[in-house]
Amino acid sequence: MGDILGLVAKRLGLGLIILLVISVIIFFMVELLPGDIAQAVLGQGATPENLAALRKEMGLDQPAIIRYLNWLRGAVVFDFGNSIVTGASVADTISERFANTLFLAAYAAVIAVPVSIVLGVLVALARNSIFDRVANVATLTSISSPEFFLGYILILYFSVKWGMFPAIASLSSDMSFGELLNRTFLPALTLVLVVTAHMMRMTRAAIINLLASPYIEMARLKGTPPWKVIVKHALPNAWAPIINVVALNLAYLITGVVLVEVVFVYPGIGQALVDAVSKRDFPVVQACCLIFAATFILLNLAADVGSILTNPRLRHPK
Amino acid sequence: MTKKKDVLLKIRNLKIQGYSNESWIDIIKGVDLTLHRGEVMGLIGESGAGKSTIGAACMGYARDGTRIVDSVIEFDGMELTTATEAERRALRGSRIAYVAQSAAASFNPAHKIIDQHTEAPLQYRLKKRLEAQEDAMMLYERLRLPNPKEIGFRYPHQVSGGQLQRAMTAMAMSCRPDLIIFDEPTTALDVTTQIEVLAAIRDIVDQFNTAAIYITHDLAVVAQMADTIKVLLKGEEVEEATTREMLEHPKEDYTKSLWAVRSFESPQRHRPKDGVPLISVRNVDAAYTGGAKVLDDVSFDIYEGMTVAVVGESGSGKSTTARVITGLLPPSKGEVLFKGKPFPADYRDRTKDQLRQCQMIYQMADTALNPKVRISEIIGRPAAFYSGLKGVALKNRVDELLDLIELEPALYYNRYPPELSGGQKQRIGIARALAANPTFIVCDEVTSALDQLVAEGILRLLDRLQNEMNLAYMFITHDLATVRSIADEVVVMQHGKVIEQGPKDEMFQPPHHPYTDLLLSSVPEMDPDWLTTLLEERGIDNVGDAASARIATDDPRVSGTGA
Repeated sequence: MGDILGLVAKRLGLGLIILLVISVIIFFMVELLPGDIAQAVLGQGATPENLAALRKEMGLDQPAIIRYLNWLRGAVVFDFGNSIVTGASVADTISERFANTLFLAAYAAVIAVPVSIVLGVLVALARNSIFDRVANVATLTSISSPEFFLGYILILYFSVKWGMFPAIASLSSDMSFGELLNRTFLPALTLVLVVTAHMMRMTRAAIINLLASPYIEMARLKGTPPWKVIVKHALPNAWAPIINVVALNLAYLITGVVLVEVVFVYPGIGQALVDAVSKRDFPVVQACCLIFAATFILLNLAADVGSILTNPRLRHPK
Repeated sequence: MTKKKDVLLKIRNLKIQGYSNESWIDIIKGVDLTLHRGEVMGLIGESGAGKSTIGAACMGYARDGTRIVDSVIEFDGMELTTATEAERRALRGSRIAYVAQSAAASFNPAHKIIDQHTEAPLQYRLKKRLEAQEDAMMLYERLRLPNPKEIGFRYPHQVSGGQLQRAMTAMAMSCRPDLIIFDEPTTALDVTTQIEVLAAIRDIVDQFNTAAIYITHDLAVVAQMADTIKVLLKGEEVEEATTREMLEHPKEDYTKSLWAVRSFESPQRHRPKDGVPLISVRNVDAAYTGGAKVLDDVSFDIYEGMTVAVVGESGSGKSTTARVITGLLPPSKGEVLFKGKPFPADYRDRTKDQLRQCQMIYQMADTALNPKVRISEIIGRPAAFYSGLKGVALKNRVDELLDLIELEPALYYNRYPPELSGGQKQRIGIARALAANPTFIVCDEVTSALDQLVAEGILRLLDRLQNEMNLAYMFITHDLATVRSIADEVVVMQHGKVIEQGPKDEMFQPPHHPYTDLLLSSVPEMDPDWLTTLLEERGIDNVGDAASARIATDDPRVSGTGA
């Protein structure tokens, strides 16, 4: 087991380094945006004196390196400074939004991951059958349609025509959990449709890829029934690629929800990012980007660790 | 030993087709086979003869991309070709079992050995899990696996190849089948391991009076195992007879040619009296990054124009030594001399002229040649790189090289590796090595993946080239028959050490280092009584790994070795 801990520690260290590099990129990308923030905040009422005063107040008169280090020092303890539009703490504004996004992502993931893996196993079992083709075409159609289009179609049928679910996912703090699930069902379903195809096809491909292995033939020649060949003999060896695709899609559920949140007016972090960009609220933009990056790194790290843990050679060394 | 003589398996007019280039072509063209209960039949032939396909067909199983047409396969009165898939599946594992060539690849890496063993008995509800596990341990013990109570609870990668092969035989026995198909079960094993597996298989097949079909390309092996032998060629039967009759009086020319295949022997050359060795390996230690020492104080010389065969089991450090000489793996201690002068340890520090001297030919010609590159370029690239040839001169050089390896330049110049047969690919590998104009070539198991007839052709070619161009070979092999036919000197390696070395004629004469002795005595001979006699002489505990583990280090013959 010592080997595995070492491997995990190495991956974790690597993840931290990548995060640091990304923080540099994010900070200086925002720096490169044209225009003067102080000028933008003051707008028409800017005089040279109050411009200079505001710059000093915001620390803009200092060199970029110093500002980066100050920002980084705050970011480590989740202090991303104050919004320059509302003046409220960025961390406070974002944390609630981020929690909402996480909830929606988890809702979609709880449906999408099992469904796509089970579907993937089923289509691998019935490969090249009608069922395989229908499942492929259906999931490909849903992945190829833009989210906003899928979202509006779902709204049209599920809420306008059949009245089953609300079209707008507005939240309030006194809702019951059931009510919450009901309100957010349509955005979650949209996300499920978007990510299922990828995971299902990867599961199918990873399993079929193994079917030519000698140990699969051995299992067949032992009289093992086809479903058991797939579930017991192929699937345990196919986890590594499947886990990686699942992780990528989970990351997408968190960072790629902007369109879905806008369509369903869902108060998530994606909307917060869109608002912040249009208002040049750069502390919020930087914080959102850093959170997205951290999500990606963390999930990929989890995928790496997962792949390591599913490899019997690493789990049971000689 | 009395064997019941009722027919167990009757195959008539077996035809199997394979799908290729959008049409079905015949792979097996009407083979008949009759097997009685308790009888062992050997199927032999070269690769592509359809041995394994017939083996699978005995279970009513057609591999992906093949189909069985218009045949009769009757197993114990049941017609398999008309049975439903479920009926056929119910036979597999329970009444007909299969032992595959590579146990390492045929055990599922994700499950413990014993769980795979008990899968079939549990599936058929023949035994409860604990009963099945106890039965497995009993079989492991009978097959003389170490720690029979515990070994099944390991994962396949934690067990050695020879042990896995025996565990797979035990697995085939788990439901006490009437018939076992052995598909080249010892081909991937070292000779000393092979002998143990052979003894174990023969023993257990006898004990349970199981009928078996034993598929192999190795005549000496099949001679030990089978009651009758059927020779196959390109999907057709050549002849069938009892083992003794087949060995003593083969009727068909093809069979005779198979029997005569080891006739080639190159006359032995001797070291010049006072020459400087071309390559001299001096006290080399080596290890892969972070790993344990793989080579331990390895020293030997290779003289110009001579062949040094390096023999030993897998993992004994043969290929690592070659990597050290070619500079792919710089040694941690010691050095390599070329014509008496130190050779830079890392190939990156060698000059083009130094690099040119050492070339390699690999075991798997399939993977050693880029399938997307034309033959002309595969051979032409090193010719251009080392000699700076261009245009017409380069084309002439490639033609000349193709002539050397006995392939018609006009026919092969523009072809791609996948269009060639295994032997032709290996010839291209040789031409690529020759293109650099080397003085020394490392041949790493170059004939192990080839059929015997083809392998002999390659050996003859290598010998001819050596005489014409005064090449020195380092010939890595685990096959002692190959050593006999081509070597001038022999180096025996075990656990990263050179344990014995000397001229070939001396090496095949006693007294030996006990390990060399073990190695030599483990090579199967064409005599059908060889295994029986050997086991009687030495006892079952004195062959194979068990014996090699027991070689005492204070044996006087061990300490007093060397050239």
